[in-house]
Amino acid sequence: MEQPIPALKLSGISKNFGAVSALTEIDLEVHPGEVVALVGDNGAGKSTLVKIMAGVHQPSSGDIAFEGQPVTLNGPSAALRLGIATVFQDLALCENLDVVANIFLGQELNPIALDETAMEVRAWTLLNELAARIPSVRDVVASLSGGQRQTVAIARSLLLDPKIIMLDEPTAALGVAQTAEVLNMIERVKARGIGVIMISHNMEDVRAVADRIVVLRLGRNNGVFLSTDSNEDLIGAITGASDNAVSRRAARRVEAPT
Amino acid sequence: MTTDSEKGLLDRSDTRVRHETGIADTLRAFAGRVRAGDLGSLPVVVGLVIICTVFTSLNPIFIAPNNLVNLLYDCSAVGMISLGIVCVLLLGEIDLSVGSMSGVASALLGVFWVNAGLPLPVVLAMALVAGAAVGAIYALLRVSFGMPSFVATLSGLLALLGFQLYLLGNSGSINLPYGSWMVNFGQLMVMPDWLSHLLALAPGVAILVLGMRRRANRARSRLHPGSGRGLLVKALAVTVGLELAVFYLNLGRGVPWMFGFFALLVMIMNYAITRTRWGRSVLAVGGNAEAARRAGINVKRVYFSCFMLCSTLAALGGILSASRLATSSQQAGTGDVNLNAIAAAVIGGTSLFGGRGSAWSAILGIIVIQSISNGLTLLNLSSSWRYMITGAVLAIAVIVDALARRSRTQHGRA
Ligand SMILES: Nc1ncnc2c1ncn2[C@@H]1O[C@H](COP(=O)(O)OP(=O)(O)OP(=O)(O)O)[C@@H](O)[C@H]1O
Ligand SMILES: [Mg+2]
Repeated sequence: MEQPIPALKLSGISKNFGAVSALTEIDLEVHPGEVVALVGDNGAGKSTLVKIMAGVHQPSSGDIAFEGQPVTLNGPSAALRLGIATVFQDLALCENLDVVANIFLGQELNPIALDETAMEVRAWTLLNELAARIPSVRDVVASLSGGQRQTVAIARSLLLDPKIIMLDEPTAALGVAQTAEVLNMIERVKARGIGVIMISHNMEDVRAVADRIVVLRLGRNNGVFLSTDSNEDLIGAITGASDNAVSRRAARRVEAPT
Repeated sequence: MTTDSEKGLLDRSDTRVRHETGIADTLRAFAGRVRAGDLGSLPVVVGLVIICTVFTSLNPIFIAPNNLVNLLYDCSAVGMISLGIVCVLLLGEIDLSVGSMSGVASALLGVFWVNAGLPLPVVLAMALVAGAAVGAIYALLRVSFGMPSFVATLSGLLALLGFQLYLLGNSGSINLPYGSWMVNFGQLMVMPDWLSHLLALAPGVAILVLGMRRRANRARSRLHPGSGRGLLVKALAVTVGLELAVFYLNLGRGVPWMFGFFALLVMIMNYAITRTRWGRSVLAVGGNAEAARRAGINVKRVYFSCFMLCSTLAALGGILSASRLATSSQQAGTGDVNLNAIAAAVIGGTSLFGGRGSAWSAILGIIVIQSISNGLTLLNLSSSWRYMITGAVLAIAVIVDALARRSRTQHGRA
């Protein structure tokens, strides 16, 4: 049977920052309507990989194919043009601009006579879909809480009807209801045939929505899991050994139940 | 304070937010913004009132209509340079060479128009293109070598000053012909009374018409339309203020065309900054250049456009000041021109830290600077005093800017 063409496929991607090899020979693919979770310890290289797919960093070596065609993402605008939208871990918002301006940054309606009303309406619609609690979209982003900012960044990624959405720890600062809405949102865009790459340290969230779980460890591929695989295997792949802080802690709790 | 009529509006769903509706509420909101360090043009208006009172009480000639007309002539040239400075300040950059650039433009005017006899439009175009080219070089140094703009433009200051001296050669200064259009524009031409009154109506009408259209649009889109009475009050205040000013100036010689030209460019720049995608990109790059890049904005192009605009406007300012003084000399653009232009933008409320400011700050700031300079001249104080006092005013403006910024950070409005 013929393999379906992945929406985005990375092969042999390496990235060096000077003497540091942040990524070595990474392979990754995401299909339309598939949710891939990218997990790994701090410094494993997840954000670096996302930035390469977003065109923010250029890989030192390796190939990227978009819908089967080889592409070079030589800048963020190249990735955006292809329909790759990203929520960065550091959010990348302009604190001096208001919420509407941030959501539409670089994509303003009517470039020589900005259509503020239409942009504001669209901003409210996007934010309401995410159950956002934002007092006013005309306030500057500097006046928002961490979670509110994260919601703004997510709303921005949805603006352009992308083909692939990458979310780098999208729920790290979110409340219970907002996290649930983001997970709902991931399922909704997945149903629309959009490929999702999601980074999270929360295994519960990951298992709830991911079709595949790709593990990075010290900048290398370290296994692919399904959400049905055991926690032990997954944690083992993330931390690199069966004897580690997490398993020792779990064992202690079994020995001395409270 | 959500009332029943506001139910179902998209932007009134959060009940924790106090929304201002009446005029009293608008005033209260304004006071709140000021306390949070969002000063806007308040300090400059307060400063202007103080300056006028002090100088008028020291020498009543200060407030005489014809002295104010002269003041507006003086404002136009340096104000034009200051308008360019606003562009680079919005990026969080600086151009220290605008004075020398204006000097080069005035030297080009003298050498090629007066001495070589080339047609005026050709020479004007030449000066503006020279300005654009210099700006492009600064932008190139900034984006490809990461050279801090204050270093690049500081070396530019010296190089351009040298070029100005080279152009003028031994002659030292070239007089522009009296009676020529160029000199009349800089010294004599004023608007007819009826036209100045008509033009003074325009901003109020524009505020009203655009505001009504915006309200209708928002109501149709289920957004709160904002206070209609507030709009009316604002339009009325602007119209009355401008008409009174024009009336007063017409008691003297009238409103200079040169100032009208400057004000027009300020309005165009204000539109470009607040209502176009380009302006949004400038503010975004000034606020967070990396975020702007990741949003797909061509950051390099933004740098080029701002630096080129700044130097071009500096060249234009140099031409205006040559026509004002009817001479192009080795002194043009030296002395306090540089600092006055930069100080005007900062005093007017454009932040040195980037991402915050407006085109109006050029006009407001330069009126403050020129008032001080004019008032001190009327008191027969030498330029030594003028320099010291202008320096102190600039320092105060920067302190206000820094304090406001700190207060904004504390109130979450950075
Ligand atoms: N711009 C950079 N310059 C130099 N080194 C970098 C840079 N960006 C990342 N690195 C290095 O690359 C490695 C991977 O970093 P990365 O941010 O991708 O980790 P991560 O998996 O996202 O971690 P976390 O879970 O903490 O977000 C780290 O060792 C980091 O120090
Ligand atoms: Mg990361």
